[in-house]
This record gives sequence, structure tokens and C-alpha cells, in this order.
Amino acid sequence: MDLLTPDIGLLFWTFMSFAILFFVLKKFAWKPIVKTVNDRENSIREALASADAAKREMQNLTADNEKLLKEARVERDAMMKEARELKTKLIADAKEEAKVEGAKMIANAQAAIQSEKKAAIADIKNQVASLSIEIAEKVVTEELSNKDKQLKLVSDLLGDATLN
Amino acid sequence: MKTLKFNFIKHLFSGVFAILLSTSSFAALNISSNDTDENKEKEFDVTEMIMHHIKDAHEFHITDWNGHSISVPLPVILWTENGLTVFMSSEFHHDDSGRVIVEKNGQRFVKYHEEIYYATEVVNENGSYINMGAEDHPENMHPMDFSITKLVFTMFLSMGLLLFIFGLSARRYSKDGVPKGIAKFTEPLVVFIRDDVAIPNIGEKHYRKFLPFLLTLFFFIWINNVMGLIPFFPFSANLSGNIAFTFTLAAITFIITTVAGNKNYWGHIFWMPGLPVPMKIFMAFLEFAGIFIKPISLMIRLFANITAGHIIVLSLISLIFIFQTYWIAPVSVAFSLFISIIEILVVAIQAYIFTMLSALYIGSAMEEAEH
Repeated sequence: MDLLTPDIGLLFWTFMSFAILFFVLKKFAWKPIVKTVNDRENSIREALASADAAKREMQNLTADNEKLLKEARVERDAMMKEARELKTKLIADAKEEAKVEGAKMIANAQAAIQSEKKAAIADIKNQVASLSIEIAEKVVTEELSNKDKQLKLVSDLLGDATLN
Repeated sequence: MKTLKFNFIKHLFSGVFAILLSTSSFAALNISSNDTDENKEKEFDVTEMIMHHIKDAHEFHITDWNGHSISVPLPVILWTENGLTVFMSSEFHHDDSGRVIVEKNGQRFVKYHEEIYYATEVVNENGSYINMGAEDHPENMHPMDFSITKLVFTMFLSMGLLLFIFGLSARRYSKDGVPKGIAKFTEPLVVFIRDDVAIPNIGEKHYRKFLPFLLTLFFFIWINNVMGLIPFFPFSANLSGNIAFTFTLAAITFIITTVAGNKNYWGHIFWMPGLPVPMKIFMAFLEFAGIFIKPISLMIRLFANITAGHIIVLSLISLIFIFQTYWIAPVSVAFSLFISIIEILVVAIQAYIFTMLSALYIGSAMEEAEH
């Protein structure tokens, strides 16, 4: 059966054709096509990787932001607290100082009042003394100018004075 | 817009099938009419018609017109005792029974059943210059025949097509590597061979070296398979169903496998590790036979599948002439349409299997020891 016996001519031409096809296609088709496909796949892979990295960075950034925000909040809280404390302290201090000052002023005032009082009393005493002397002088002068009355008074006084 | 496009494709397909079927039936019809012209009482010989179609020829028969054969003459290239001899096959005047002598280079040639022989001095009782031996086999000497036959012509055509398609595809990429035009169609195929044939079988490490071979192999087989399915000139030749074609490709795979084979591969063949010594010797014989059986299976698988496909389609069309009625024609046409559709799948699958197994054999020859 010559269907099963290979023909030398066809063997030769098949081999030649395949060899030529192989070398020509390898150089002008397979290498450029496969290279383009590989390059493109690599670039896609790289793009995906960089997108992933960017995403991760974004996440990090967000996390950082949150952290910062949290820290800021904590700081603010601390500051608020400090301020509040400061305020309370200031008020307390002021109160204390006012109290002390007030007490001091009161004491001063009292001392002043006391001294004024003393001075006034002394003045009054002096005036009273001079008035008394004046009065006494006037009275004495008056009394002494009325002889009858004098006599009467002496006689009254003498009459009262029981000689014991 | 979309439906318009779809309709266009649908019509295109139906048109192609109509041409496919009508031409194949016409070809068969014309062969029969030619036979009846020559010999009125001669029965239509299905076997001869089919064998004639499947085998190689020195001229490319297109059709018959009014009893005259229309064919493309092809160059006959012979390596004879007197050196290289070249002439056109038309000098035989369509004779295939050894009756017409062509004298060239001081030698006389006849063509008998598409083989070229040195003519005998005397004519025999059938009028041919063939010395018939036992079992109807010519005993004439014959020169080495390197003719551009129908199959060689088809092969050159497929080569031209492949170079055109893939040469063009390689240029149809934009600067940033985006495929355009025909590259959009060819790139998935190339990537398929790379990702589903080369890498899984050969491995990431070595596949680059063999990828061009596998790609060439796949597309060379596939395009010739497809060209064999198209039933009109300049296609329809049964090249990938020819044993010489499949033999050459299988031999190339065999050579690559043998050359690429590493220590581990040969070690597993001649001294299978992990077996007792008598088994090792027994396995060595089996494995050694396996080296040759693998490429032989490749050769026979492709040959048998493609040849069988041609025989089935031709047989179904021949039913019309066997039953000698047109009423069987719809059945013939329906069945050959069905088979043709299956063949479209088969030819792609056979090209894939040949490539896949070649990659597998190469991969197994390069496998590193794991134990």
C-alpha cells in the first residue's frame, strides 16, 4: 500500500519548508509577537503592583492621618484640661488673694478708725476740758458777780453741811 | 448595527458552506462523467476516485469540462542517473498509465499511478511502457522524484500564507503593544500555545527555547489541515494526511527530544531507578522502544485522522454515484455538511494534539530529577 510509504520528494520538501518556515517565522513573527506580549504583560503586572502599592500607601496615609487626628484630639483634651485647671487655680488664687487683701484692708481700716477714734476722743477731751474751763470760768464769773446769791449759796451749803 | 453584523456573518457562513458543498459534489460529478466518457460500461470506481484524491499528483487537477481535464501543470524535478532533469508535468498529457513517454536528458520517462519510471524499450499488451511484475506492481527502475507535486505546491502555498499572516501580525502592534487588525486574532492563538501547551509541559525555565518550534508546528499543521478541508483549487490537497508530511514533523520532534534529553531522561530509560535489577532490564527494553513509538504514534495519529476525514467526506459524496440517483443527494449533502463541521473541529484538535504531545515529549526529556 503506497499510502503508507513516505515519498522521498515530499519528505525533502516538507523538511525544507518546515526549516525555512521555522527560521523565518522565528525571526519575523514569533520573537516580535512573544516579546510584545511579554512586555505588555510585564507592564500590566508592574502597573497592578504599583497601583497596589499606591493603595497600600494611601491606607497608610489614612491611618497616619487618623493617628495624627487622634493625637491632636488627645492633645487638645489635655490642653483643655490644663486650661480648666489653670482657670480654677487662678480663680482660687485670686479669691485667696482678695480675701487676704480684704482682711488686710479691713485691719488697716480698723486701725485707722481706731486711731481716728482715739484722736477724736482726745480732741473731744481737750475741747471738753477747755469748754469746761470756759464754762467754769463763765459760771464762776457769773456766780461771783452776784454777791447775794453767793452768800445764799454759801449759807445753803453751810446749812446742809451738818457739822459732824 | 450589531444584528446587521451578525446577519452578515451568518450569510457569509452559509455562503461558504454552499460553495464548499457544491464544489465538492461537482468535482465528484465531473470525475464520474469523465470515466463514463472513456469507458461507457465502466462502473464508477469509488476507491480509485478517493485514493486518487488522497494521494499526491504531478498536476493539480481543478475540474473537468466537457470531458477535458483542466489542471495546473507542475514542474517535475528528477534526480536521475544523468543528473538533474526538470520538465513540466503537462508533457505527460494527463496520462497516468505509462503510455506517454517524455524524453529528456537522453532518458525516457513514463508516469504510472503518479510515479515516474524509466520507460521500458518495448510496449506491453496494454499499450504502456511498464514492465508489470507480480501483483500488478511495476518493476521498472525509477529516478528520485523531487517534483513540485500537488502536495508540495500546497505546502508552499501554506508557507506563503503563514508568512503573510504572521509577518503581518508582528507588525500590527501599536507602540505600547496593543494588537490591531489581524494581530487581534492571531495573538490569542500564540498566547494559547505559550500558556496552555509550552509552559505546562516544558516548564517556565526552558519553554522559551522551544516555543518557536511549537508555534511553527501548530500553525503549519493547522493551516494545512484547514486547507485540506476547502474543496476547490488551490486547496483541497491532503497534505497533512500524507505519511511523508507527518513522518517529517514527527522525526523533527524525535530529534529535538533526543537532543534535549538530559541525564535524568536517559537514566529513566536505560536504568529505571527504584526497581529490582531484572525489572530494570525489562523496562529498559520497553522504554527504549517507547522512544520510537512516541513519534511514530504522532505520525500515524495525524495521518490517519486527516486521511479518514477526507475519505468520509468523499465517500458520502460518492453515495450519489453509487446509488446512481439524485434522490440520495440531500442525504449526502446533509451528512457531508455534518462531517465537514466536525472536521473543522477535528483539524484544530489534531494540530493541537500533535503540538501538545510534542511539547510533552520534549518536556519529559528535560525534566529534572525530583527524587
